[in-house]
Amino acid sequence: MTAATEPATPSPATAAPATALVIAGITRHFHIGKRDIVALDGVSATTTPGLVTGLIGPDGAGKTTLMRLIAGLLRADSGSISVFGTDVRADPLAVQGMISYMPQRFGLYEDLTVAENLDLYADLQGVAPATRAARYAELMQMTGLASFTTRLAGKLSGGMKQKLGLACTLIRPPRLLLLDEPTVGVDPVSRRELWSIVDHLVRSAHMTVLLSTAYLDEAERCDSVLLLHEGKMIGAGPPGDFTRAMAGRSFQARSARLSKRALQAALVPLQGVTDAVIQGEAVRLVMDAGVTPDFAAQAKLSDAAITPVTPRFEDRFVDLLRAKAGTTASAKPVATALPPRARPENAASQVIEVDHLIKRFGEFRAVDDISFAVKRGEIFGLLGANGAGKSTTFRMLCGLLPASSGRLQVDGFDLRTAAPTARGRLGYMAQKFSLYGDLSVMQNLNFFSAAYGLTGARRTARTAWALDEFELAPLRDATSRDLPLGFKQRMALACALMHEPDILFLDEPTSGVDPLMRREFWQRINTLADAGVTILVTTHFMDEAEYCDRLVIMARGRILAAGTSEQLKQSCRDAAHPDPTMEDAFIALIEADDAKSNPRAEAA
Amino acid sequence: MFGRVLALVIKEFLAILRDGKSRMVLVGPPLIQLLVFGYAASFDLNHVPFAVYDQDRSIASRDLVADFAGSRAFQQVATLHSPRQIQSLIDSRTVEMVLDIDPRFSRDLLTHQPAPVQVIVDGRNSNTALLILGYANTIIADASTTWATEHGGAAPPAQLDPRALFNPDLDSHWFIIPGIVALLTQVVTLLVVGLSVAREREAGTFDQILVTPMRPLDILLGKSIPGLIIGMVEATVSIIASVYWFDVPLRGGLLELYTGLLLFTVAVTGIGLMISSIAATQQQALLGAFLFMVPSIILSGFATPIANMPPLVQDLTWINPMRFALVVIRRCFLEQPSFRSLSGQYIAMAILAVLSLTAAAWLFRKRSV
Repeated sequence: MTAATEPATPSPATAAPATALVIAGITRHFHIGKRDIVALDGVSATTTPGLVTGLIGPDGAGKTTLMRLIAGLLRADSGSISVFGTDVRADPLAVQGMISYMPQRFGLYEDLTVAENLDLYADLQGVAPATRAARYAELMQMTGLASFTTRLAGKLSGGMKQKLGLACTLIRPPRLLLLDEPTVGVDPVSRRELWSIVDHLVRSAHMTVLLSTAYLDEAERCDSVLLLHEGKMIGAGPPGDFTRAMAGRSFQARSARLSKRALQAALVPLQGVTDAVIQGEAVRLVMDAGVTPDFAAQAKLSDAAITPVTPRFEDRFVDLLRAKAGTTASAKPVATALPPRARPENAASQVIEVDHLIKRFGEFRAVDDISFAVKRGEIFGLLGANGAGKSTTFRMLCGLLPASSGRLQVDGFDLRTAAPTARGRLGYMAQKFSLYGDLSVMQNLNFFSAAYGLTGARRTARTAWALDEFELAPLRDATSRDLPLGFKQRMALACALMHEPDILFLDEPTSGVDPLMRREFWQRINTLADAGVTILVTTHFMDEAEYCDRLVIMARGRILAAGTSEQLKQSCRDAAHPDPTMEDAFIALIEADDAKSNPRAEAA
Repeated sequence: MFGRVLALVIKEFLAILRDGKSRMVLVGPPLIQLLVFGYAASFDLNHVPFAVYDQDRSIASRDLVADFAGSRAFQQVATLHSPRQIQSLIDSRTVEMVLDIDPRFSRDLLTHQPAPVQVIVDGRNSNTALLILGYANTIIADASTTWATEHGGAAPPAQLDPRALFNPDLDSHWFIIPGIVALLTQVVTLLVVGLSVAREREAGTFDQILVTPMRPLDILLGKSIPGLIIGMVEATVSIIASVYWFDVPLRGGLLELYTGLLLFTVAVTGIGLMISSIAATQQQALLGAFLFMVPSIILSGFATPIANMPPLVQDLTWINPMRFALVVIRRCFLEQPSFRSLSGQYIAMAILAVLSLTAAAWLFRKRSV
């Protein structure tokens, strides 16, 4: 099954061993209770010294397990790993002397200052006091934290914490640096800075870096990529190889007659279409190898304008997954059909209204005077990094948190003060799997249908609908904790839709899930939106923002910009960015905002 | 509304019973506590090690030593030949008592004079020392009486003839084990109710419930009823164990006993819900539960009588439901109390239950919706 291949790039100007890391047939199981989970299944790979190798895969692919095996924190069931020629199992201490490992949640002491954290890690790593001052200065300059050394680590922003974590990891310069999802949830500006630090380390300090990420767009920043999926290596090589394999297969489709969702829905089931996803106002189309996008035969698509575009890493990933899943799972149309309902309101009415909303926690303004409105049947996004205030806004809208001031209305109610029955119009799906893990699928469905006050025939009908629509019937007695990630997500959506809500709130719905699952999920959401359900999404995924009809970009509790994803992207088009991405737009907005709020720093 | 509460109750039971760890919490700790308290906790002294420094070496003195050595309470471990040995044996805790018989002991006895016997006890544990002295006094008094009747001396002018009502053998297990019924009920109810909301907060499922049309009152009821049921089951199991395993008589009526237990469990449920609504994590909830549990046990009269406490501390016991529950349970085991005679305790627990539930509902609203 394993498709592990040697990375094709010849390593430029490397002195000692030709490989930094040799992973040979690694298998690792975990036993949780009676369950046996295969985290890694016969993974083999090699990496080249002096390069950034990206370990890419969705949540649950086995990235962290592999990192911990390399760092000697876990033992493999079978197979071997060697770092610069030293076997990890035979001599873990020697290997640990050569590497530095930054786990996903780096252990910063929030009650210590930046400088004290550095001292602590210097002590732990046994760095000689004489060399410290120079090293600190270098690290602080590199991470841009020099002016914050006396600030408490707990008071740093998410991106700065991540950079401090990296600085602490680098106190003693390692030969191999292991970074486990360093950029997850970090704002795009800090993300770009983290990447430039990594590049700097590799270019000037000749460090070898293994970096894991669930963001597929980061693949193209790596020198070489290991693509992991469900514990198996499904691809390896320079990112160029992945996109080259897709040459001539990626297109963009636009139609004047059809809405973007209708266009996507028409394209997905067609023979020869590997992938069709909404991107801004257009649909990104990937064709099967050797198939030309000619839809003349389809009356509906007669006016569709198809233009070729540059392939991206995700196209190849989807292609590989489709090939693996076989033709049966390919582009299965999902129809989350809702029974027709009487909708007296006119279609343009505002379902969610937020007016000068403020949330204070002590002195801190988590949400700072924001206003927006969402129309019926619209998919509306709140895009921002962790700590931007989007979850706080979300929780206030759900009635989970009181607002400090301002007005907010959901379907004409402030859910904080309205009668509990008003919440019956609302469906809610949290980011983390938040159903009862100890209960079976059926027990969860029963509980949530009762919680929403469904009784008798309607309850029976809706439970049957959920089991059928989300293909959960064979798993009805399975303990929900044991379900695979994709099924958990389906179940969470099923529970949120049991009572046929008019408004659906989604908190980071597809962060970390694999591209196929994300497509399936968004297809359902699109169908719901077409049926008139209003959908509010929070996300830190630039990709997810593309699915929204309109969105706002949030940072530091404020809204920086609002509009369609196309409008936001075009607003920052300039000579440097002829075809700007969502991330470019985000960065441009944050920089413009920094300049506005701190004009002196701009001048300096 | 009823349907929603029922759904919550069913869900709560499923969550507890389907999870191996939660199941263990309901069975393991109570079983261990029942065994530990049932067998190990006792106020009765047995086999107190003692030494004899017999300077008289007569038939009379040897008879007295035999009276001590032959009693269940004492066990002779050393015979001394010099007063200097006494100190070291006490210091090293080899013995807890030394019986020092004067050289004139038999001479004084035969001449019908008061014969001195010195009893030296280790006073480091004052409670044990007092008990040892009490036992020694009884043995010496019995010996005096026996000597007097056998040798024609004057009998003591007045004689103590003790008779204990309700517990004729003064078996301290009869006092301690019914107390465990209250203790176990409180521990289990507090943990089940106190941790349940915090567990959901940690898992994120609490938000999921709060966005449904359930009212705070529905959630409050749905969270308290399972705790109440589990608490009552736990009480019943420990009552059965007390009666059939530890042979403590249950003389009172079940109506009187269960009325008290129900009011007690409701009051404890209210306190558990208060902890639940404040605590954000299970760890905080556990800490809160223990912060309440330890003082409440000490201030309940479980081990030390409330009458012995300073007046201010005695006042504090009025807000402790376990104080009243212990009275009801102990009286129901050893006496046949009438419903009316217990009404004071019932009313006190009912008031505490109303207060704690109201406070819990208020805190709950404040924290959630």
